[in-house]
Amino acid sequence: MAIESDVLVIGGGLAGLTGALAAARAGADVRLVSYKQSTLRHASGLVDLLGYTPDGDGPLTDPYAAMSALPDSHPYRTVGVSTVREAMALFDDVAPHYHGGHTDTNALVPTHGGTVKPTARYPAGVREGLASDDRDALLVGFSSLVDFDAERAAAHLSAAGVPFDVRGTTVEFPGDLRADAAITRYAKLLDGDGTVSVDGRERSARAALAERVATELRGEARVGFPAILGDDDPAAVRADLRERLGAAVFEVPMGPPSLPGLRLEDALFDALRAAGASIETGNPVTEFDGDDRIERVYVEKNGAAIPNHADEYVLATGGLVGKGIESDRESVREPIFDCHVAHSGDRYEWFDGDAFGDHAFARFGVQTDDALRPLDDDGTAEFANLRAAGAVLGGYDFAAEKSGGGVSVATGYAAGTAAAREAP
Amino acid sequence: MSDSESPPEFEPTAPNTGEEFEATEVFPEATEFDLRPGADSCYKCSTCDTNCPVAEVDDEFPGPKFQGPEQWRLKRQADDHDIDDSIMDCSNCMRCDNACPSGVPLSQMHNTARGEYVDEQMSKLSVEYWRNRVLANYRTSAWLASKVPRVANVAMNFGPARWVMEKTMGITSEREFPAFATETFREWWASEGGAAASRERARERRRERGEDPDADKQVAYFHGCYANYNTPEVGKAMVRVFEHFGYEVVVPEQGCSGTPMFANGMLDDARRHAETNVSSMSDLVEQGYDAIASCTSCSMALRQEYPELFDIDGIDDLAAHTFEAVEYLRVHEDLSGAVAAADVDGELAAEFAYHAPCHARNQGLAHQSVELFGDLDGVGVEDVGDSCSGISGTYGWKAEKYEKSMEIGDEMFDHMEHADGETGLTECPTCAMQMEHGTGYEVRHPLELLEAALVDGE
Repeated sequence: MAIESDVLVIGGGLAGLTGALAAARAGADVRLVSYKQSTLRHASGLVDLLGYTPDGDGPLTDPYAAMSALPDSHPYRTVGVSTVREAMALFDDVAPHYHGGHTDTNALVPTHGGTVKPTARYPAGVREGLASDDRDALLVGFSSLVDFDAERAAAHLSAAGVPFDVRGTTVEFPGDLRADAAITRYAKLLDGDGTVSVDGRERSARAALAERVATELRGEARVGFPAILGDDDPAAVRADLRERLGAAVFEVPMGPPSLPGLRLEDALFDALRAAGASIETGNPVTEFDGDDRIERVYVEKNGAAIPNHADEYVLATGGLVGKGIESDRESVREPIFDCHVAHSGDRYEWFDGDAFGDHAFARFGVQTDDALRPLDDDGTAEFANLRAAGAVLGGYDFAAEKSGGGVSVATGYAAGTAAAREAP
Repeated sequence: MSDSESPPEFEPTAPNTGEEFEATEVFPEATEFDLRPGADSCYKCSTCDTNCPVAEVDDEFPGPKFQGPEQWRLKRQADDHDIDDSIMDCSNCMRCDNACPSGVPLSQMHNTARGEYVDEQMSKLSVEYWRNRVLANYRTSAWLASKVPRVANVAMNFGPARWVMEKTMGITSEREFPAFATETFREWWASEGGAAASRERARERRRERGEDPDADKQVAYFHGCYANYNTPEVGKAMVRVFEHFGYEVVVPEQGCSGTPMFANGMLDDARRHAETNVSSMSDLVEQGYDAIASCTSCSMALRQEYPELFDIDGIDDLAAHTFEAVEYLRVHEDLSGAVAAADVDGELAAEFAYHAPCHARNQGLAHQSVELFGDLDGVGVEDVGDSCSGISGTYGWKAEKYEKSMEIGDEMFDHMEHADGETGLTECPTCAMQMEHGTGYEVRHPLELLEAALVDGE
């Protein structure tokens, strides 16, 4: 016996979740298996479509308009612009707390490093912070949260020429959290409006925080915090702080670990459960049976191999960081199905000498046919019933282009939709 | 300075292939498990910290990233670097293992560090040491109590005695001790005729099912302490459900799985029990049996902690042949078909609030019960979310941890109260204690539900 489904999605990041959602909504019996937690939890929570061309031109105003000029090997060219639009419509439907879907134009979002990032979708918490908004802003950092240097971020934003005055300040988070406290510690205190001790008095965390920040305000219309304002109910935390401060409140997306990424992951898993899919997390897919078609895959638990059978499979295991693509001193490979990954035999060709140069490794991944099926080195599909989505795909440099989220959503949607259509 | 010697002239961007390269042996006389590759795999993304239920409520606790790879590196720097005493604040829920995108064996690092801390830094005369040792060796207390269960049930929850236990031992008086069964599972099993009778029943059942009566369907049941001393109904349900599918059950000699001992750094105690368990279970595995546990912390110990911490003959084979009970049936039988065709009436025809134990989560079983029972007529099973129950075995029994344990559990209590059902459902005995303690709900085991659906209806 095997654990059965019509469609089996391998990978629980943005691409896998979107693929599973698309397939489940198309009526397929879907199972998603994911090993460890995905790099979605590292991600800023912004969903970018295309911020810069592969040549570095940008920031782009209209990402859709720029897609047709991308090289043939780019995943957006594989699925086509209209599929990207359908995919984003699915995303908007399952992530109602996201904004940006009202326009094709990129939004400009200040980052925790003080840069301005072109992006297609942003969580509600970011909305009041957009760089195109000309209201003056105060950025507030916490001395125990060293990943966000508010003064420095403000100085960078000013230097970037944002159309408003921005100032940074650092305060102690009430309750004097330890210097390396987990971001979830801040979020939980604010979610539950827990009690903190301030100067020997027990205070509500939100009230105490607002009181400290209020003394720093000099008439700015909006206040930006690092993205730790609650996990379960960030809207309530922001609303409370806004009322207490008399100023709009926004979050500045942070690096890993990222609460906006965690919240997006939670929302997508909730939507997937609601769509009736089965989910298993915690164990890797390590082996498979099959030749031209994948017959079954094996989920390994400390040496015990649990067979999972499906008609169609989606490979959404991530890129080099997510470990869907692996490398050693000799070669670069896709570890589950050993799909072909084109790369130079000389590993000194894999990278550029300049840290921010044009690295070949950034585009490592599987190449596919028009149906997103990975191709072997002869250009024929490796398996008739395997499609790839997200960062496991090659041919694009998401970090340089700012296209990671969009490619995952678009190819996940395309792979999941096609898999559901092919499944009997 | 790195542990390995650098080549004298190293130009990182120029190829050095073809040159003589002599690997440096980093730990020449190492006899322990090498944790270095795990520490090196950590790129400090802190995903583990965002999964830690203790770091979310405890301002003293630095979180799994520090306890694991960072502490390991500090120890490498200087031999006299002590293990930080916050290692004792880790509840061993092991959620960080499940989190790490880079495959760092966090709980193995924590268990190793905690064992070293208890061995070398904790006073063997301290109250904390003896309190932890008593809690960790629950099997010994339970064995004793099972000799006089009625007396024990009264005495263990006798108010003044509990006050004294809190004051002298640091065992919280807020919780009620679980009741001891008047007949243990093993006593029942012997009275039912043991393995020989099970073989007969299973053969008969295979005949009824149209299977080969001589089919090789044999499992060895690891009941653990709790199903033996406290909830024998779970063990009985396991036996009846497996026999229903034509499996012969044997119940080998066994000790504690070691779970509470790992969590308290009592690795010598744990090893003693592991040796007993591996010895009796791996003999059976060699004969073609699979090992089945009904407690997800027991299956977790046999599958993961044993091979990560001990080097005992047969330990890897046992790990590879150990399964959680429902998981096993799901893979080997058409369990979902059988459940979809069945219905439940009587006492268990109810709505259940299901909590997935952290240790079930780590085995990929977090969604199993909700998925399986979704098609069962007569019952409803609602997931109460992915938070930790907060008790983590012995953690929530410690007086100084009690408040934090309840704060962690708050989210689960809240979701339970909002769920339709007023009966809890979970695989883990201590999660069940916490669910009952926080809500007053009675808590059942999925195997009892399977028994009601598949066996009682016949």
